[in-house]
Parts: sequence; C-alpha cells; structure tokens
Amino acid sequence: MDPKLKKTKNSSSNSANSPDSTHSSFPFPDEVLERVLSFLHSHKDRSSVSLVCKDWYNAERWTRTKLFIGNCYSVSPEIVARRFPRIKSVTLKGKPRFSDFNLVPQHWGADVHSWLVVFAKVYPFLEELRLKRMTLNDESLKFLATSFPGFKALSLLSCEGFSTDGLKAIATHCKNLTELDIQENGMDDLGGGWLSCFSENCSSLEVLNFASLNSEVSFDALEKLVRRCKSLRILKVNKSITLDQLQQLLVLAPQLIELGTGSFQQELTPLQYEGLGIAFSNCKNLQTLSGFWEDTSLHLPVLYAACPSLTFLNLSYATLRSGELAKIVAHSPNIRRLWVLDTVGDKGLEAVGSSCPFLEELRVFPADPFEQDLHHGVTEAGFLAVSHGCRKLHYVLYFCRQMTNAAVATIVQNCPDFTHFRLCIMNPGERDYLTNEPMDEAFGAVVKTCTNLQRLALSGLLTDLTFEYIGKYAKNLEALSVAFAGSSDGGMQCVLQGCPKLRKLEIRDCPFGNAALLSGIEKYETMRSLWMSACNVTMSACKLLAKEMPRLNVEVMRDEGSDESQADKVYIYRTVAGPRRDAPPFVVTL
Amino acid sequence: MAMSSEESCSYPEESELELGLGLSLGGGGANSKTKPSPAAVEATMAGHWGQYARILTAKDFRSVVSPKECSSSSSSSSSMTKTNNNPSCGVKRTAEPSSPPGRSGASQVVGWPPLRNYRIQSLVNHAKSPKTEEITPAIDKCKNKTTIVDKTNCGSNLNRNVAKEKGLLKTSLFVKVNMDRIPIGRKVDLSAHSCYETLSQTLDDMFKLSAVVGARRSNAEEQVLKTRRSRLLNGSSEFVLTYEDKEGDWMLVGDVPWEMFLISVKRLRIMRTAEANGFGKCTLAYALSCL
Repeated sequence: MDPKLKKTKNSSSNSANSPDSTHSSFPFPDEVLERVLSFLHSHKDRSSVSLVCKDWYNAERWTRTKLFIGNCYSVSPEIVARRFPRIKSVTLKGKPRFSDFNLVPQHWGADVHSWLVVFAKVYPFLEELRLKRMTLNDESLKFLATSFPGFKALSLLSCEGFSTDGLKAIATHCKNLTELDIQENGMDDLGGGWLSCFSENCSSLEVLNFASLNSEVSFDALEKLVRRCKSLRILKVNKSITLDQLQQLLVLAPQLIELGTGSFQQELTPLQYEGLGIAFSNCKNLQTLSGFWEDTSLHLPVLYAACPSLTFLNLSYATLRSGELAKIVAHSPNIRRLWVLDTVGDKGLEAVGSSCPFLEELRVFPADPFEQDLHHGVTEAGFLAVSHGCRKLHYVLYFCRQMTNAAVATIVQNCPDFTHFRLCIMNPGERDYLTNEPMDEAFGAVVKTCTNLQRLALSGLLTDLTFEYIGKYAKNLEALSVAFAGSSDGGMQCVLQGCPKLRKLEIRDCPFGNAALLSGIEKYETMRSLWMSACNVTMSACKLLAKEMPRLNVEVMRDEGSDESQADKVYIYRTVAGPRRDAPPFVVTL
Repeated sequence: MAMSSEESCSYPEESELELGLGLSLGGGGANSKTKPSPAAVEATMAGHWGQYARILTAKDFRSVVSPKECSSSSSSSSSMTKTNNNPSCGVKRTAEPSSPPGRSGASQVVGWPPLRNYRIQSLVNHAKSPKTEEITPAIDKCKNKTTIVDKTNCGSNLNRNVAKEKGLLKTSLFVKVNMDRIPIGRKVDLSAHSCYETLSQTLDDMFKLSAVVGARRSNAEEQVLKTRRSRLLNGSSEFVLTYEDKEGDWMLVGDVPWEMFLISVKRLRIMRTAEANGFGKCTLAYALSCL
C-alpha cells in the first residue's frame, strides 16, 4: 500500500491494510470508503489513491472537493468536469514561470474564461478560485462574480489582463466573500473605488489583501468594512493608508493574524506614536508582518511589542540598514521566515544569525538589481553568518554579487536540511571571486549534502560538472532552474537521466542542443513541463520529439528575425487535452 | 518591465564577441516588431538597447581592471563592423571565461536577475539616499525621510549620477526620435538625461531646428515640451510625445518613473494630434480623451 496513505488517514485506517488491488470488489461499501477518503486533502495523495483500483478511483473522484491544476493546458475544463462532480475550490496555474521575467510574449494564453464557463455549468456552488499566472479580464471577473452565488474566496497572483473594475464586480456581487487576495498582478489600477463597492451587509471577510494596488481607497469605507468583519484575520493594506489610519484599523481589529502595513512614513505626534505602539501591542495574535512601504526606520520601534509573537516578517520592500534590522530581529526571536532587502548588508544578516535561532526561511532581495556596484548588497559573508546561527534553515533565496565555493560548502554543512536552495549571483557567469574557479563545487556541495533538496536554482559560472553532480546526487529534486550555465549537451543529459523526481525544468541561455533535448524523450511525460529558451535547439528536433510523444505538447516560439530552423523558445508539457486551441499565431504546436 | 535588453551583436573582428539572438522581450513575439535595417542597427550599436538580448560569452568577461575599461569596451561597439542576429552563431558560451565583467553583466540581459515586474517597479519607486556615506544609526534617524524620488525632479537622482561618474553606468542609450511628417529622424541619448524635463527640452531644441517646422509649430512644441505633463495628458497641444515600448505598444511619455521608462523605451515619436500618422484622427483623440 502506498505509505503516504497510512500517514494521512488518521481515522479508520483499515483500508490501508486491505486486500491488494487485484480484488475488484472491496469489503467496505462505497459510503464508507468515500467517508474515509474525504479526509484526504493533499492532491498528491488523492492522485495516488485514484490509481489503486477502479473502486478507489470512483470513490476518490466523488469525494474530491479541491482541484489543483499545475498547468492549465495539461487538461481541459471538460475533462475535469466529467471526472470530478463536486468541486468547491479550484487552483489553476497558467503560464510558464519565466513569464514573470518577461520571457513569454504577451497574449500567450492561459485565459481563465473558458474554465469559468464550464465551471458555471458544472460547479455552480464553486466557492474558491486561486489563480497564478493566468490571464483574465474584467468580463471574466464579472462573470465569476455573478455566476457563483456561494463564491467566497478569490486569490490572484501574478495574473494579468484585468483592472480594478473587475474587482468592483467581485466586491459588489459576492455577498459571502471571505477572501480577496490580490498580489503582484499585471493589472490596471484605475482607482480605489472598488473597495467602496462592498455592501454594508458584507461582514464575512477574513482575508483582504490589496497591498500591491497603489490607488487610494476610501479610508472611510475600509474602516467600516474592518469594523463589521469580525472574523478578519489577514489584512494587508496599500501605500495609501497612513500610519494613523493604520492605528485606527488595528484598534478595530486586534484579532489580526497577518498584517500588511501601509505607508510607514509619516510625521507622528508623540501621542500618535504612543497610540500606535499600544495598538500593536494589543495585537496578541499577530504572526505575520509585511508592507513597510516608503523608506523609513523612524517608526519601527512601535513594532517591537508585536515582534515576539511574529513568525514571518516580510521587510522586502523596506530599505533598512543593518542597525535597523538588528534591532527588529533582536525583538523577534521566534521568527521562522524572514524576507529582507540587501540594504541590510552582511552585518544585518549577522544580526539575524545571532537573534533568530528558529529561522527556517530566508529571502534576500536586491535593492538595486541593475547597479553594478559591488560595495552594496550582501556577500557570502552574510549567508555564512546566517547559516552559523540558524541551523534549521531549509529555504533560501539569495541575491548577491559575489560568492565562493568554500562558503557554500560551509553553509550546507551548517544547514544540511535545505529543501529549497535558490542562489542568484547577479552577474551571469560569475566565478568564485577568490579562487576564480567556476561555481561547480558550490552546487556540488549543495546536492551532495542536502539530500532532501526539492528545488534548486543555479547561477554563476557553471560547467557540465555541476550537472553531473546534480544528476548523481539530487535524487529528490523536483524543480531546477538553470541560466547561463553548462558547457555541452552532456550537462542537461545528466540531469534528465539522473533525477527521478524531476517535474519542472526551466533553462535559459545555455549551450544545450538537440541531443540534450532528445535524451529526455521518455522523461518528459513524467514531468509537468520543460522550458528551454535561447539554447541550441532546432525545429527538427522539436518536430521529432512531438512525433514520438503524442501526449506531449511541444510548443515553439520563434523570435523576431531569427533563423527558420531555430527553436528559440520551447515549452514542452504533458497533457491529456491535446494541442491547445487557443494558441496565438506566434506559438507553433508541433 | 523587468530588464532592458542588450545592444546588437557582431562578429569577433575585435576581441569582443557578442551574439544577438533576437530574443524579444515581453511582447516581442506577438507584436512582430520589424527588424531595423542593418545600417540602422549599426548606427545605433553604440549602446542602443534594441530588442535583442545578448548571450554573454567568453569575450565579454574581460578581467576587471577598472570599471571604466569595461564601460569603454561596450561602447567601443561603435567600431564593430557588422550586425549579426543569426542565432546559430555557434559560440554561445566558450569554455573558459576570465573574470566576470565589471559592469556589463546583469542589467543588460532580458529577465535577469529574475525578479517580478512588480518588485522592480517598487524598487524603482523607492527613495534612494546616497549610499556612499557611512551611515550610523544616529544619522539614520536624522535622515531626511521625505526624499521620495520625484520622478520629474532631476536633482534627486544621485545614484545614477554617481554611478555614471564612476563609469559604472551603462553607456549611451540612443533611441530614434521621429516626428510626424518629417522624413528624417533624429537620435537622442537617453542616458544623458535623468528626467523627462531635460529630455523634453532637448527634443524641443532638436526639432525646432528642423527646416520643416514652422514658427507656429515651434511654439506649440515649446508648450508641449515645457509643460509636458499637463499638455500631453489633456491633449490640448498639437503634439504628443510617445514612445514604443518593449512590447511594441505605443505609450504616452511621462506616466512611469524615469528609470522604468528607460528600461522599456525603444524609440520615440512626436505625434501630431490633429492628423496623427498611421492613426485615425478619431482614434488618437479618443485615446487621449480616455487618459
């Protein structure tokens, strides 16, 4: 039996020890099986369950209420609708991840509307929709708002094509809205009027995140909303909300678990300052803080009272210096996740190392990604310091301008439990600045030491050796991101042949060609997707791949003015839905 | 927009090898930008950020003797003889680059460093204080908290100027400027400006010199370019300053912070609102009235 099954089904687990799958009739009636399976929530577990036998497949499909689709083109809405009759929550991801960095042209696809149309027919009681890298317009939002009377939760991350008018429709029509989470989308902010569209009867909001919208909203409307939504636990406001307005909100909602501040810059009278401090200290449940727009450190002390209970501190938009960060983390010993800008420098990270023994995740973003000045930002020293003090670190995203192989080796020795290691040395092809060698040994150390590694992002000057290491050691690797690396086809081949759990591979600007592409011909069906851009792949190889593997979609985008035979951008993914019907003219499905 | 793209490439006549892959940004593929003629490209090679990304190869990675040397190495592209966008140029990445480039790296590559647009735009909007000072906590508190970068105020763009002096800033950013009904276009170096004001002024001077422009138009242009925002936005002037962005869309100049504009601009166009070339009169007027 699937061992995962034993773990997750904590109540009646006899079915785990049931007769093997060759029995077509099952000792338990369907209702019992369904009841048992309804405790399964992870979609991975459910997928495993559905493969056991036909009875289980059916029981599972009737009890699944949450749908997770990692690639919207891997399946069609119709197929989904046929299989799962009782879906209440849908998570859909669309474009390849590199679209976040403008590597995917506009109008590529991933439009949610066709999904909504099907859902409206089949799942009229849909409650939640979570979209990532999808395209949707205001019409779709309006359709969503008016087609599902019980709709509760909308989350949009890195989506595009809509505007605040669409949000107006949601606020107006979704009477039972519990969640509105709008993050980092390519949307048109036409004004803050949408917030005023919530009806005065709306008191069900639990999550409201409009931090990434810039327009001013009516504070009056917001205040009233917060006042009547007693269950509000996550509130992330935008820059238009001032500090004293924030204080008023905090007084109304001391039950908040997550808070995103507005503009943290304002002249405060001593009385206001004190009031703010008190407001923060009254938020006993606060676990997450974010926001901190505007460059200020003046008012940070008001936070100190709230810091001890914090587990996640997102300062990644605050240009803090080392001293300021040091003070905050000194008050925040229970921090598990910390996001900062590299303005805090190595010294700031040293302070993190000494103050945050429970730190599990660190992300350091560059404040000046395009400036080349080596004197700013963080170096290997900062990362080392954190690794010395934070032995539980398992997730890192680190942007820096210099690194050494030795430092990384030490870091992973200190913290061998890395599951996510994303190192971005910002100059492509940068060497170890002390030894002048490639950074092969650094990533070699990572994969050798961190046996639980699931996600890896490479940078620096790398030869095929890095990929040999990955293929040899990274047996749990699921996602690999490669840029400006490798010397020959052999590199990519090592990875394709050596990493059994690889699901997502994204490659840009590497010297991998047809041989590499074709070496994975049997692997791609076990993966979600492969992206290769600016490599050495030609159309003929892609055509061959497409011919051999009918259950893969092989999509090629050619760049302006490039050779007919070159496949500049290749996106390959497994699908049961066949070639997509909405591909724009510049996407050629082979 | 994330990153700016790179100058076009050439073959290694010199010791420098660059490859242009025609790697379009954002909407390049969708909006079929026409490839500039070889002559035009060559003319703009001295730092023109066309729509081509650059694969950094061995020769890019000269040893860092001084930032200045590196910057001049890139700007010496004007002496390159040939543009070649043939992506099968073979030499993607030769084996042993020497030390990393001091300045020609990250910022000239599409989509690198990998940061979402939202974050980049936020960073650009951030107030920047001079980083060259040693800042102690005491000074921190006294720091002027209101130095939000005013995008139309050139004075606050300290970092850029400092970086430029150090030779760290990328070299010239020449873009074409065309004006409706004037067949001969001009080129302007955007990197010589740090805000919209001076750019407007320069364009104003440039086009007033044109023989075709009459006195009346010069005045209108003057008005347009001096009170750039209000005039252009309410469409009351005879001219509108627009630019083509990386995605091939024509946008009104002035909406986004200067730095972001630099990243996304490909070329400029001064359009006449009365009879805009290539647009219906109604279309442009309608578009402007929607702003």
